[in-house]
Amino acid sequence: MEIRLTTPLTTEQTKTLKAGDSVLITGVIYTARDAAHKRLVEAAQRGEKLPLEIKDAIIYYAGPTPAKPGRAIGAVGPTTSYRMDAYAPTLMDMGLTGMIGKGKRSPEVVESMKKNGAVYFGAIGGAGALLSQQVQKAELIAYEDLGAEAIRKLTVVDFPAVVVIDCEGNNLYELGKAEYLKTQE
Amino acid sequence: MREIESKAVTQAVRQLCIDANCHLGEDVKECIRCSRREETWPVAQGILDNLVKNYEIAAEHEIAICQDTGMACVFVEIGQEVHVAGNLEEAIHEGVRQGYHDGCLRCSVVGDPLRRVNTKDNTPAMIYYDIVPGDGLKITVAPKGFGSENMSQIKMLRPSDGLEGVKEFVLQVVREAGPNPCPPIVVGVGIGGTFDKAATIAKRALIRPLDSYNPDPYYEELERELLEKINRMGIGPQGFGGKTTALKVNVEALPTHIAGLPCAVNINCHVTRHKEAVL
Repeated sequence: MEIRLTTPLTTEQTKTLKAGDSVLITGVIYTARDAAHKRLVEAAQRGEKLPLEIKDAIIYYAGPTPAKPGRAIGAVGPTTSYRMDAYAPTLMDMGLTGMIGKGKRSPEVVESMKKNGAVYFGAIGGAGALLSQQVQKAELIAYEDLGAEAIRKLTVVDFPAVVVIDCEGNNLYELGKAEYLKTQE
Repeated sequence: MREIESKAVTQAVRQLCIDANCHLGEDVKECIRCSRREETWPVAQGILDNLVKNYEIAAEHEIAICQDTGMACVFVEIGQEVHVAGNLEEAIHEGVRQGYHDGCLRCSVVGDPLRRVNTKDNTPAMIYYDIVPGDGLKITVAPKGFGSENMSQIKMLRPSDGLEGVKEFVLQVVREAGPNPCPPIVVGVGIGGTFDKAATIAKRALIRPLDSYNPDPYYEELERELLEKINRMGIGPQGFGGKTTALKVNVEALPTHIAGLPCAVNINCHVTRHKEAVL
């Protein structure tokens, strides 16, 4: 059974989530990947205001394809998260509570998640066409010169994701594999 | 000498870029469906069902299957009896430029690896030329996503490492990649040649249809054995556990030096895209 989440994602909400939970996210999420993260963190270090409200926000590691006429957005699946590991703790310290991506995270990121009560969600990698149907609106809000890597504010309805690492550090990549292998013994 | 206009090359490449990115090949679809039938883990079954839905939606609306529409790898087999009027290389880049623009595909190429400014038209393509007998011109466009490309590795094994060393290395690469390259993956293995040739044939292995095996029974057996071992690791679709970690392992081999045993492992995701045209 899926858990419905509405943004902003508060730590009251994140604390109830466990690795392996399926969720449906409704509200606003922001796309940002490599180049945008670099700029966000550099801006933070200079003490500048970020172009998005980071407190209780969800960042989606994604760079969509351009929208075809009549569609809100093109294909928009997750990119591999570890490339954002260097930047994620800074953003969590500023209030970021949710990250959507795919793949492993560093121990530093997991520590920061535990400290800040943040969760890491996985969306289905490579299912960009399917996921695009849950996006109602996409608005470019910063770093337009980065093209696909610009920050977009997405309004999503029932965006499907799975809790991969919860705010206690439990990790579905380890648990899921171990449970499956137990059935194969 | 047969003459082909470079414009025809541009048109073909344009169309292949769009087709490859929006319409998954029948061989890959069949592989995903077959894996779904054999998958016993419920979470994994659900993900495989969604991958089927995903390629159906992409084809229906002609939108990209995956937002990473890749670097355009273009394989050109050019007959010795063919002359291309105009600039062949520029014609290919122009085809990529037009295809990525007209097909609403993502431009994911930076003009320099360290200074990193997006070229905004997905050029240049990565082009591989082969000169072959005859008067044909065959072009294969294989958009390559980098989530999986980043998980690829090459190792200069010692001859004494032998077949076991190759197996161990391939399995190690897949294990280390884990959930990162969007499993279920397709694994291209290149054994032999030189440092660079091993990598090239590993990439070529990824455009061999998934319903084919290496014609040499020795390597066919290796392909089957590696696939079986990979699918016993338990990584599963998206890394959430399950049988279906890989759809297929394709192995290619080349003669090599008495002192060497190069082995390249090029990982691809379940969106293993390639479309070809013969001019």
